[in-house]
Amino acid sequence: MQALAEDTGIGGAQHRFPQTRWSVIQGARSSQPEQRQRALDVLVSAYWKPVYKYIRLHWGKPDEEAKDLTQDFFTRLIEKNLLDRFDPAKARLRTYLRVCVDGLVMNTDKAAQRQKRGGDVAVLPLDFESAEGELLELPIAGPGGPEEFFAKEFARSLFGLAVDRLQNECQAKGKSLHFQLLELYDIDEGGRQLTYEEVAGRFGIKPTDVTNYLAYARREFRRIVLEELRDMTGSEDEFRREAQTLLGVRLP
Amino acid sequence: MTFLSDSALERLRVAADAPDLTGTRYHLLGKLGQGGMGGVFRVDDSTLEREVALKVINVAYLDLSARLLQEARVIAKLEHPGIVPVHDAGMLPDGRPYYTMKLVQGKRIDELGKDMGGIADRLRTFLRICEPVAFAHAHGVLHRDLKPTNIMIGPFGEVLVMDWGLSKALAAGIDSAESGSVAEDCAADPAAVVATAHGSVLGTPGYMAPEQRNGEIVDQRADVYALGAILEFLLQDAQPRVPARLAAIWRKAKAEDRDTRYASVPDLADDVAHFVDGLPVSAYPESIVSRIWRWIARNRTWILLLLVYVVVRALLILFRPR
Repeated sequence: MQALAEDTGIGGAQHRFPQTRWSVIQGARSSQPEQRQRALDVLVSAYWKPVYKYIRLHWGKPDEEAKDLTQDFFTRLIEKNLLDRFDPAKARLRTYLRVCVDGLVMNTDKAAQRQKRGGDVAVLPLDFESAEGELLELPIAGPGGPEEFFAKEFARSLFGLAVDRLQNECQAKGKSLHFQLLELYDIDEGGRQLTYEEVAGRFGIKPTDVTNYLAYARREFRRIVLEELRDMTGSEDEFRREAQTLLGVRLP
Repeated sequence: MTFLSDSALERLRVAADAPDLTGTRYHLLGKLGQGGMGGVFRVDDSTLEREVALKVINVAYLDLSARLLQEARVIAKLEHPGIVPVHDAGMLPDGRPYYTMKLVQGKRIDELGKDMGGIADRLRTFLRICEPVAFAHAHGVLHRDLKPTNIMIGPFGEVLVMDWGLSKALAAGIDSAESGSVAEDCAADPAAVVATAHGSVLGTPGYMAPEQRNGEIVDQRADVYALGAILEFLLQDAQPRVPARLAAIWRKAKAEDRDTRYASVPDLADDVAHFVDGLPVSAYPESIVSRIWRWIARNRTWILLLLVYVVVRALLILFRPR
């Protein structure tokens, strides 16, 4: 444990937490085409599954129509400069996007949509089969409304991205075992039933290493989640509220 | 992208939220609550073999880390039985500041309901809430976030004022121009704003003085306002019906214009104590008839004994054998 710091800046004494980074909001409003494209890529990676599942389950659309609407939504988002109208002081980006999806679904003419799809519009390479498979894992009807459903799917998507990034970063740093321990304890079912001694024996390490490796992986996971979240929010206040929503949980 | 089940999602959330206690003397046991800028966890102190509460800054408020340490220092200086003592403070391996304090195994007054007892019991509790607040004011510290969820009754009836996260220590006394105004501090403090707009204080704007809501300069009368609201809360469902003289006390404490409130917490406590003792209260001007009735009510035992004595003496005189 470190000594009490007199003054603590962002990230604490070891700067383990992310500074403010480039945000998709800024990117989407940029005059540079490459920055706008990068903003779309980031936004699509985190939101396409929540959007698709939302259209499928909340709006009850068949899979083909949901695919069309999902593609159409992200295309319009950039082409129609929908993010220019987003005001972080009035709503969260997540809520704004969900409302935009609602508007699209309500107003889209199915035939016109098909016609547009056959035109020059670029189709995003989205793995709809995986999203469709995940729908089978979801409860048929949750207790919450559309906002809660969308928020949960956004959290699932964001955490999924963070897990993938953590895996890649751990591999690059030669710390694959750290990631495997997080996978065992926090992702796989049943891992929590194993004692640290049993896990240490399985991986050929000391029980104290299990504690330290797991702590490292969780720390890095949190850092990545916060970095991703900063990208997905339009203001410091929205970032705080989203972080509270995503991470502010009660332990059992 | 990795698909996460609902249970995996929840485990990852918990893992990301929990403080990193690796290599420290503390072991995580569970989460106790979530405040505006920090979470409070139940931990085991392996050195002293006891459970304590550990408060750590929320990951969303890392830029306000210094405030948590300031909070710890403020509480550490306020040694009073009604204020939870701080044991330790420092930085966790994940770079988050923390402090540990006594683990209070009690109930918040908003959870007690009818268990608070009658009016007399509730007023006694209220007077004990006033004590640590007045003590803090005497040491130049405002609480700024007094509300029922921040008041706990311990297992032995002790009253504890919790969560000094928005407290403000003023070097040269309350509302000193040299030391900076609390209002300026509020305005520049996102945690103060958030904590009064979101999180654990949802539904509690009624405890915040108008000048604090408006971002004006605040002094101890802001805490007087909150205490007035707490008094009203304590008595809202008390039986029998709360007398007008008592209601006048919380109305005066909660006056919109702070110049018409009690000037200090001891002034408010004195008025409540006067009510308990059946004495006049400054918040409720009485007519002479009311005063006589109150005097009779306060001294009814003696008056009754006197009347009995007079009646017996009269009977003895009337029926004395001649």
